[in-house]
Amino acid sequence: MKKTPFFYLTVISLLLFSSFCSAQPVSSSELIKNAKGYDGKAVTFSGEVIGDIMERGQSAWISVHDGLNAIGIWISKPLLKDIAYTGSYKSIGDAVEITGTFHRACPAHGGDLDIHALALRKVASGRLLQERPNPAKRGLAIILLGTLIIVWILMRFLHK
Amino acid sequence: MILKPRLEEIKIIGYYLGRIILGLSLTMLIPLVLGLAAGEVNPAVDFILGLEVSLLCGFILTRLCFTDKEMSWMQGMIVVSLSWVAAMLFGAVPLYLSGHWKSYLDACFDAMSGFATTGLTLVQNLDHMSYSHNLWRHLTMFIGGQGIVVVAIALFVKGSGAFKIYVGEARDEKILPNVLHTARFIWLLSITYLVLGTLALGITGLLGGMKPANAFFHGACIFMAAFDTGGFAPQSQSILYYHSLAFEVFTVVLMVLGAINFRLHYHVWMGNRREIVKNIETVGLFITILVTFMITAVGLFRMDTYPYALSLFRKGFYQLVSGHTGTGFQTIYAAQFINEWSHLSLTGVICAMAMGGAVCSTTGAIKMLRLGIVVKALLEDIKRIILPQGAIVVKKFHHIREVFMEDKLARAALLITLCYIVLYGLGALAGMFFGYPLVDSLFESTSAAANVGLSCGITSVSMPTALKITYIFQMWAGRLEFMSIFTLIGFFVAIVRGRR
Repeated sequence: MKKTPFFYLTVISLLLFSSFCSAQPVSSSELIKNAKGYDGKAVTFSGEVIGDIMERGQSAWISVHDGLNAIGIWISKPLLKDIAYTGSYKSIGDAVEITGTFHRACPAHGGDLDIHALALRKVASGRLLQERPNPAKRGLAIILLGTLIIVWILMRFLHK
Repeated sequence: MILKPRLEEIKIIGYYLGRIILGLSLTMLIPLVLGLAAGEVNPAVDFILGLEVSLLCGFILTRLCFTDKEMSWMQGMIVVSLSWVAAMLFGAVPLYLSGHWKSYLDACFDAMSGFATTGLTLVQNLDHMSYSHNLWRHLTMFIGGQGIVVVAIALFVKGSGAFKIYVGEARDEKILPNVLHTARFIWLLSITYLVLGTLALGITGLLGGMKPANAFFHGACIFMAAFDTGGFAPQSQSILYYHSLAFEVFTVVLMVLGAINFRLHYHVWMGNRREIVKNIETVGLFITILVTFMITAVGLFRMDTYPYALSLFRKGFYQLVSGHTGTGFQTIYAAQFINEWSHLSLTGVICAMAMGGAVCSTTGAIKMLRLGIVVKALLEDIKRIILPQGAIVVKKFHHIREVFMEDKLARAALLITLCYIVLYGLGALAGMFFGYPLVDSLFESTSAAANVGLSCGITSVSMPTALKITYIFQMWAGRLEFMSIFTLIGFFVAIVRGRR
């Protein structure tokens, strides 16, 4: 079988893809600090999906926070099918590992520092947070309310 | 000879301070209602606690110091400077209780940053913050931007005392003859813009793919931070979070609107649109934005920070306008300023931050009117030297009306300008004392003292406590434009060293 340039290109792409899939994730501060070094290169970045999934046409913006900073990820919509939770006050977002191309000043997005995702792997599932009332705070609020009422009554009494 | 203040004088200060605290405490009802509506139980309790503590202190102060006497100018100034400290202390209570700040000092830092419309922050895990706490952060900017005292005047303080504390809050221009009407006009204007701005930003967010509730919540928060030239944002990425040109354009418009004199807004509202092109402040703002942007752009171009002209303009102009108007929104990461921007670009931004917007606006810094007066005075002096000895030089400038340049005007403008330069310098020295490089220290110090909020990375939880206190002081002094602070210092000196 004759091997066409397309065949070689596909093999190289797959090799590259598998190499950065297994690469160690880079932290956000490392990416921001050495942005010039990583510019245009394939990186792996992992963290929690936070905020909104902002769909724009066939792609979307998500923000992934690795505990130090959040970085904007430009990703095609089909890759987002596994995302069920995004981080907010009431939920912990899904933990994901993104592989894609890092841009220090993305020419397609007005110079934003971002990652154009090629693959997304869900590492851990997020969940809804159950808010438990804090009894100490509640107790203090009741005591202060009582004090406030007494002070207000005393003020009225003294005023007369 | 310095006289020790009498008990009656201290009571007058305490009474008016108590009333302002009462006025401020009521503003906590807004996030409390939102917390209850959004089912955020613990945050709602945080605001109940904050409300109770401030109401209690307000009631006790007004009761213990009850008086029907009017304030003097000096007392008015002291009330104002103490009001901002009280706002910081009470405003920090719900923030600290949220658990998003590592210490009460950090919460105080953010409360002062909010009220002084600075935007520097020490918050942790912002992306998981409740709606109510996030609203409170932005509300502090809205309240502080219009003026804490303006809030209190509109609600609680009447009589001639109102004008004295109004002036003490670095607003030496009345829009309407009556200060109560002025305060109400400022609120009418702000609320009108709030509705329009929230709608515009909310719809932009919605079209940009955000969920409806989030889009309008973010719209309201970003409006408050933009129009009040504050700079807080609901997400840790600031404006970069939205990845939206439309969002950036709207916020630039709002930032510029916030940097314009409220008196000018009034005249434009009344149909006098020519004032925009004639006013010394708007002309000054236009020229300085142009010049400082050129400096910034040349620096970015030479460093090849942004390979495309559009990116260079979008990033350079946004950070520059954000700095010049004293807002502090960022579309780049703090570390990028130091790692990728040249010293020339940073100098452009530092100069823009140091100059600020218009007087009687929500911005901090030296301000355009003062700079205009100083430049005109300088030109007048040069003209005097060049012209024959007998020649009479008459200099005027246009600010709502034609104003003759008088020596006392130039002196006052120069004095405040000098105070700001000293404040910027002292903060930079403090930064260098703790081991930060000169440019970084000057950048962060100017940002704090000019109530901007752009950060090159020094402001963080791990920075030394003394530096946090230095920046709190800078934000406070910069916002009140020194006179109230000097009066307060004088008052304390009189208490300690004065004679009966």
